[in-house]
Amino acid sequence: MCKQNQEMEVTIVAYGIARDIIGTSELILKVDEGITVKDMLTLVKRKFPDFEKLTSLLLAVNEEYVEENHIVESGDELVLIPPVSGG
Amino acid sequence: MIEITEQRIESARLIEMVSDGGAGAIDVFIGTTRDNTKGKKVIKLEFESYAPMAIKELGKIVNRASNNWNILKYAISHRVGLVEIGEPAVVIAVSTPHRADAFDSCRFIIDELKKTVPIWKREFYEDGDIWVSAHP
Repeated sequence: MCKQNQEMEVTIVAYGIARDIIGTSELILKVDEGITVKDMLTLVKRKFPDFEKLTSLLLAVNEEYVEENHIVESGDELVLIPPVSGG
Repeated sequence: MIEITEQRIESARLIEMVSDGGAGAIDVFIGTTRDNTKGKKVIKLEFESYAPMAIKELGKIVNRASNNWNILKYAISHRVGLVEIGEPAVVIAVSTPHRADAFDSCRFIIDELKKTVPIWKREFYEDGDIWVSAHP
């Protein structure tokens, strides 16, 4: 039997330069269930190539930094974290 | 105490918060907004943050600091929104029984804040603006 990948809709929130690059503070994407943070970032970079120019780009999941092989679940709070510059 | 605020930060309030009968030292770091970057005139600055995560990350930094030094009380306030030149953008106050721990822990907290806490600074020049540190 061939198992079909289920899709889910995720909302990614963007701050700082990430918001400027996307042009809005919320990005809604349809992704495969079981997608990793790494693949999600690849998808975002493919859609908005200007992200490649940044020093770094992370995806926070539920207000935490996670490993790049972390699996994104439906309903997770996802936030793009461009290079921080507080202080 | 950890806060992200749109109000002007009064360092005296933070010093009062960390005052402690057992303290032999209070160290205060005040990060202020500078009027130039690499010879370019900065006319104003704006900070924004992913506040709930910023507060969590600051809490983790304080926990790590508390494992290394004997911190009695701490208070951290970071400003967001428009900040005029010369105003405090961040204030960190730490009280400890002896001064070495106060100096070292305060420095650790500001150094780590700059690495991991989701806060972003935008500098405005006469001819445009940039998000600081965004590009190599």
